[in-house]
Amino acid sequence: MSAIDLFLAAALGLLALVLVYVYRIAVGPTVFDRILGLSGFGTQTTIVLLLIGVVYERLDMFVDISLGYALLSFVGSLAAARYFERTGARR
Amino acid sequence: MTAAVAVLLATGFFFHAVAALGVLRLPDFYTRLHAVGKAETLGVLLTLAAVAAWTGPSLTAVKVGLVAVFLLVANPTSTHAVGRAALRLGMEPWRREPGESS
Repeated sequence: MSAIDLFLAAALGLLALVLVYVYRIAVGPTVFDRILGLSGFGTQTTIVLLLIGVVYERLDMFVDISLGYALLSFVGSLAAARYFERTGARR
Repeated sequence: MTAAVAVLLATGFFFHAVAALGVLRLPDFYTRLHAVGKAETLGVLLTLAAVAAWTGPSLTAVKVGLVAVFLLVANPTSTHAVGRAALRLGMEPWRREPGESS
Protein backbone atom coordinates (compact mmCIF):
# COMPACT_ATOMS: atom_id res chain seq x y z
CA MET A 1 0.00 0.00 0.00
CA SER A 2 1.69 3.19 -1.15
CA ALA A 3 1.37 6.60 0.47
CA ILE A 4 -0.93 7.79 -2.32
CA ASP A 5 -3.43 5.11 -1.27
CA LEU A 6 -3.23 6.41 2.29
CA PHE A 7 -4.10 9.92 1.11
CA LEU A 8 -6.97 8.54 -0.98
CA ALA A 9 -8.32 6.60 2.02
CA ALA A 10 -8.08 9.70 4.24
CA ALA A 11 -9.88 11.80 1.61
CA LEU A 12 -12.71 9.25 1.33
CA GLY A 13 -13.01 9.03 5.13
CA LEU A 14 -13.17 12.81 5.47
CA LEU A 15 -15.82 12.93 2.74
CA ALA A 16 -17.89 10.50 4.81
CA LEU A 17 -17.46 12.77 7.87
CA VAL A 18 -18.68 15.78 5.85
CA LEU A 19 -22.15 14.15 5.93
CA VAL A 20 -22.31 14.97 9.67
CA TYR A 21 -21.91 18.69 8.92
CA VAL A 22 -24.49 18.43 6.14
CA TYR A 23 -26.86 16.88 8.70
CA ARG A 24 -26.18 19.80 11.08
CA ILE A 25 -26.84 22.34 8.30
CA ALA A 26 -30.08 20.61 7.29
CA VAL A 27 -31.50 19.92 10.77
CA GLY A 28 -30.36 23.00 12.72
CA PRO A 29 -32.22 23.45 15.12
CA THR A 30 -31.14 27.14 15.36
CA VAL A 31 -29.67 29.33 12.65
CA PHE A 32 -26.35 29.40 14.52
CA ASP A 33 -26.09 25.63 14.31
CA ARG A 34 -26.42 26.00 10.55
CA ILE A 35 -23.67 28.65 10.40
CA LEU A 36 -21.44 26.44 12.56
CA GLY A 37 -22.10 23.48 10.28
CA LEU A 38 -21.25 25.60 7.25
CA SER A 39 -17.97 26.69 8.87
CA GLY A 40 -17.00 23.09 9.65
CA PHE A 41 -18.07 22.03 6.17
CA GLY A 42 -15.78 24.65 4.62
CA THR A 43 -12.78 23.60 6.71
CA GLN A 44 -13.36 19.94 5.87
CA THR A 45 -13.66 20.74 2.16
CA THR A 46 -10.36 22.64 2.25
CA ILE A 47 -8.59 19.56 3.61
CA VAL A 48 -10.27 17.21 1.15
CA LEU A 49 -9.17 19.48 -1.74
CA LEU A 50 -5.55 19.26 -0.59
CA LEU A 51 -5.74 15.47 -0.28
CA ILE A 52 -7.25 15.24 -3.77
CA GLY A 53 -4.33 17.36 -4.99
CA VAL A 54 -1.89 14.83 -3.53
CA VAL A 55 -3.80 11.92 -5.12
CA TYR A 56 -3.84 13.59 -8.56
CA GLU A 57 -0.17 14.70 -8.12
CA ARG A 58 -1.18 18.29 -8.92
CA LEU A 59 -0.80 19.73 -5.42
CA ASP A 60 0.75 22.98 -6.72
CA MET A 61 -2.58 23.78 -8.39
CA PHE A 62 -4.95 22.48 -5.69
CA VAL A 63 -3.21 24.32 -2.85
CA ASP A 64 -4.19 27.68 -4.39
CA ILE A 65 -7.79 26.52 -4.84
CA SER A 66 -8.01 25.36 -1.22
CA LEU A 67 -6.46 28.61 0.07
CA GLY A 68 -9.09 30.62 -1.81
CA TYR A 69 -11.85 28.34 -0.57
CA ALA A 70 -10.67 28.70 3.04
CA LEU A 71 -10.65 32.50 2.74
CA LEU A 72 -14.15 32.62 1.23
CA SER A 73 -15.57 30.18 3.79
CA PHE A 74 -14.09 32.19 6.69
CA VAL A 75 -15.42 35.52 5.41
CA GLY A 76 -18.79 33.94 4.68
CA SER A 77 -19.31 32.53 8.18
CA LEU A 78 -18.12 35.79 9.79
CA ALA A 79 -20.53 37.81 7.65
CA ALA A 80 -23.44 35.44 8.40
CA ALA A 81 -22.72 35.62 12.15
CA ARG A 82 -22.58 39.43 12.03
CA TYR A 83 -25.80 39.62 9.98
CA PHE A 84 -27.82 37.46 12.37
CA GLU A 85 -26.30 39.26 15.37
CA ARG A 86 -27.62 42.57 14.03
CA THR A 87 -31.00 41.52 12.69
CA GLY A 88 -31.76 39.25 15.63
CA ALA A 89 -33.31 36.33 13.74
CA ARG A 90 -34.00 33.48 16.12
CA ARG A 91 -34.54 30.68 13.63
CA MET B 1 8.61 9.04 5.27
CA THR B 2 5.60 6.87 4.45
CA ALA B 3 5.34 5.74 8.08
CA ALA B 4 5.38 9.35 9.34
CA VAL B 5 2.72 10.31 6.78
CA ALA B 6 0.58 7.34 7.82
CA VAL B 7 0.81 8.22 11.52
CA LEU B 8 0.00 11.91 10.89
CA LEU B 9 -2.96 11.04 8.63
CA ALA B 10 -4.33 8.51 11.13
CA THR B 11 -4.13 10.87 14.12
CA GLY B 12 -5.56 13.72 12.04
CA PHE B 13 -8.45 11.55 10.93
CA PHE B 14 -9.04 10.50 14.55
CA PHE B 15 -9.45 14.13 15.64
CA HIS B 16 -11.67 14.86 12.63
CA ALA B 17 -13.83 11.90 13.67
CA VAL B 18 -14.01 13.17 17.27
CA ALA B 19 -15.09 16.61 16.00
CA ALA B 20 -17.76 15.07 13.77
CA LEU B 21 -19.02 12.93 16.67
CA GLY B 22 -19.22 16.04 18.85
CA VAL B 23 -21.14 18.00 16.22
CA LEU B 24 -23.53 15.08 15.85
CA ARG B 25 -24.12 14.15 19.51
CA LEU B 26 -23.49 17.11 21.84
CA PRO B 27 -26.66 18.53 23.37
CA ASP B 28 -26.71 22.20 22.34
CA PHE B 29 -25.12 24.87 20.22
CA TYR B 30 -22.54 26.14 22.72
CA THR B 31 -21.15 22.67 23.36
CA ARG B 32 -20.94 21.98 19.62
CA LEU B 33 -18.73 25.08 19.29
CA HIS B 34 -16.06 23.20 21.26
CA ALA B 35 -16.01 20.33 18.77
CA VAL B 36 -15.57 22.57 15.73
CA GLY B 37 -13.28 25.11 17.39
CA LYS B 38 -10.75 22.76 18.97
CA ALA B 39 -10.91 19.14 17.82
CA GLU B 40 -11.36 20.02 14.16
CA THR B 41 -8.52 22.58 14.21
CA LEU B 42 -6.12 19.98 15.61
CA GLY B 43 -7.22 17.43 13.01
CA VAL B 44 -6.68 20.01 10.26
CA LEU B 45 -3.16 20.81 11.48
CA LEU B 46 -2.15 17.12 11.65
CA THR B 47 -3.57 16.37 8.18
CA LEU B 48 -1.81 19.41 6.68
CA ALA B 49 1.44 18.31 8.37
CA ALA B 50 1.06 14.96 6.60
CA VAL B 51 0.56 16.72 3.24
CA ALA B 52 3.57 19.00 3.82
CA ALA B 53 5.76 16.06 4.89
CA TRP B 54 4.79 14.19 1.73
CA THR B 55 5.54 17.20 -0.48
CA GLY B 56 9.01 17.85 0.92
CA PRO B 57 10.73 21.27 1.03
CA SER B 58 9.28 23.36 -1.81
CA LEU B 59 7.09 26.39 -2.51
CA THR B 60 4.02 24.13 -2.39
CA ALA B 61 4.90 23.02 1.16
CA VAL B 62 5.20 26.69 2.17
CA LYS B 63 1.71 27.31 0.74
CA VAL B 64 0.36 24.31 2.65
CA GLY B 65 1.88 25.85 5.78
CA LEU B 66 0.14 29.11 4.90
CA VAL B 67 -3.20 27.29 4.70
CA ALA B 68 -2.44 25.67 8.08
CA VAL B 69 -1.63 29.00 9.77
CA PHE B 70 -4.71 30.63 8.24
CA LEU B 71 -7.02 27.83 9.40
CA LEU B 72 -5.40 27.87 12.85
CA VAL B 73 -6.45 31.52 13.17
CA ALA B 74 -9.70 31.42 11.19
CA ASN B 75 -11.45 28.38 12.64
CA PRO B 76 -11.50 29.52 16.31
CA THR B 77 -12.26 33.08 15.17
CA SER B 78 -15.38 32.08 13.24
CA THR B 79 -16.65 29.83 16.04
CA HIS B 80 -16.06 32.67 18.50
CA ALA B 81 -17.99 35.11 16.28
CA VAL B 82 -20.94 32.74 15.92
CA GLY B 83 -20.97 32.00 19.65
CA ARG B 84 -20.86 35.68 20.55
CA ALA B 85 -23.73 36.40 18.15
CA ALA B 86 -25.82 33.65 19.78
CA LEU B 87 -25.00 34.91 23.28
CA ARG B 88 -25.93 38.50 22.41
CA LEU B 89 -29.27 37.32 21.07
CA GLY B 90 -29.91 35.66 24.43
CA MET B 91 -29.72 31.98 23.55
CA GLU B 92 -29.83 29.97 26.77
CA PRO B 93 -27.01 27.46 27.40
CA TRP B 94 -28.06 23.85 27.92
CA ARG B 95 -28.57 22.60 31.48
CA ARG B 96 -29.29 19.13 32.72
CA GLU B 97 -32.92 18.54 33.65
CA PRO B 98 -33.41 17.88 37.41
CA GLY B 99 -34.42 14.22 37.03
CA GLU B 100 -32.14 13.39 34.10
CA SER B 101 -29.07 11.21 34.52
CA SER B 102 -25.84 12.09 32.74
